[in-house]
Amino acid sequence: MTKAQFYGGGFPYRTMTDMPGKLIVLEGTDSVGRSTQIGLLRKWLEDEGFAVADTGLNRSPLTQVGLDQAKEGHTLGRQTMSLFYAADFADRLENLIIPALKAGFFVLSDRYFYSIIARDIVRGADPAWARKVYGFALKPDLTLYLRADVPTLVARMVYGRGFNYWESGMDIRCADNLYDSFCIYQSRLIEQFEFLAKEYNFVTIDANRPIEPVFADLKSQISALIEQDKTT
Amino acid sequence: MLKPHSYRGKLIVVEGIDGSGKSTQIDLLYKWLQTQGKSVYFSEWNSSPLVKSTTKMGKKQKMFTPTTFSLMQATDFADRWENQILPMLKAGVIVLADRYAFTAFARDVARGVDPEWVRNLYSFAPQPDLAFYFRVPVEIAVERILSGRAELKYYEAGMDLGLSDSKTTSFRLFQQRIIAQYDEMINEFGFVTIDGTDVVQNQQKLVRQIVRKNLLGWEGMPNPNLPLPPKRRPARKTAPQKEGGEA
Repeated sequence: MTKAQFYGGGFPYRTMTDMPGKLIVLEGTDSVGRSTQIGLLRKWLEDEGFAVADTGLNRSPLTQVGLDQAKEGHTLGRQTMSLFYAADFADRLENLIIPALKAGFFVLSDRYFYSIIARDIVRGADPAWARKVYGFALKPDLTLYLRADVPTLVARMVYGRGFNYWESGMDIRCADNLYDSFCIYQSRLIEQFEFLAKEYNFVTIDANRPIEPVFADLKSQISALIEQDKTT
Repeated sequence: MLKPHSYRGKLIVVEGIDGSGKSTQIDLLYKWLQTQGKSVYFSEWNSSPLVKSTTKMGKKQKMFTPTTFSLMQATDFADRWENQILPMLKAGVIVLADRYAFTAFARDVARGVDPEWVRNLYSFAPQPDLAFYFRVPVEIAVERILSGRAELKYYEAGMDLGLSDSKTTSFRLFQQRIIAQYDEMINEFGFVTIDGTDVVQNQQKLVRQIVRKNLLGWEGMPNPNLPLPPKRRPARKTAPQKEGGEA
């Protein structure tokens, strides 16, 4: 059961009641292994007989093309980027997440607005402003924060997709090269996540470890949530 | 009030419902200021090249909710703010905006979003030096709009609110709600209310008077393309110098 509770005013023009699904969020910086874990969780939950929907940043059919184009150019300002991502998030929340929860689905969200505000704040946004933008955000049933240190992230980049412009925060040029900028940018994000973890009650999972033990921890957290729901 | 700005330029905005005549007035003001030798920049609501394709698709396919509509318009504004309005204000230009954050405060709230929430979205936008509100009764605006164009558009008519199956009726009801929001903002944001039913020339005369007064003693960036005004004889040091005079 996902309660119709929001971080602020929600959607005043919608009548919201508690929904039979579950909203589970996986948070963490770039390349902590979120999408791998979501793939494993989906399979496990479906094996258990649950219907699963998943979503992630910048997957809104409304904003995806426009936002990708904007990111390819060089005129996308910080404030504009913040609000573009907020539109992406709102569209997916209203048109995908909430309908899925109403239909009783487990919704696995690859990041939530927490990542967006962490990135906004690292880019100089006012933290209070950024939080208030997401006053329409639904409170998830569970937020699992995959926490990995910078050396772990570096190793994953090296053996994964390589270093890139956005994940290295090159738009704000933390350093004059991708590698150093990546390390500085990611450590600033981790710092923001520490604050967010306390404020929004994340369950922190040590993601410096291999896939299997991380998955086992995620499973046990979600199993506990399912059990808890049965008893209430 | 929004937070005051301390940029070298001046920010003058016009607000009002569709068909209130504000665009006609700001166009006349723009041309007049130019002939006065001022550097003027014009920015129109919903005109960011970065956001254009998204808004167009969203409208065409009716994908917007009140929240996503509000956020996309805010994104559009933010882009114009970052790439156009802010640099122009810093350079000392008079920026004329056809619609400003108040349009969002009126329309988005009329659509049902939380007033506090939408005010926060735009809290990076400063209070303009002048905000003209062109006030007209809904019937007059509706008549002007309907006589001037083929058909009302879906979101323009507020069809997403489900107020009526008829576009004209929906438009009327939606605009009425927007007027109610604007009226409530007159004091909150210190609007200068102009009677939008008065003849165009009278309205413009009043607008120019108010603008001239606001620009007294202000010096922005001179327009380099115009010949400089004839040199005055330097005033004696002891004589009190007359401020401004010609706006």
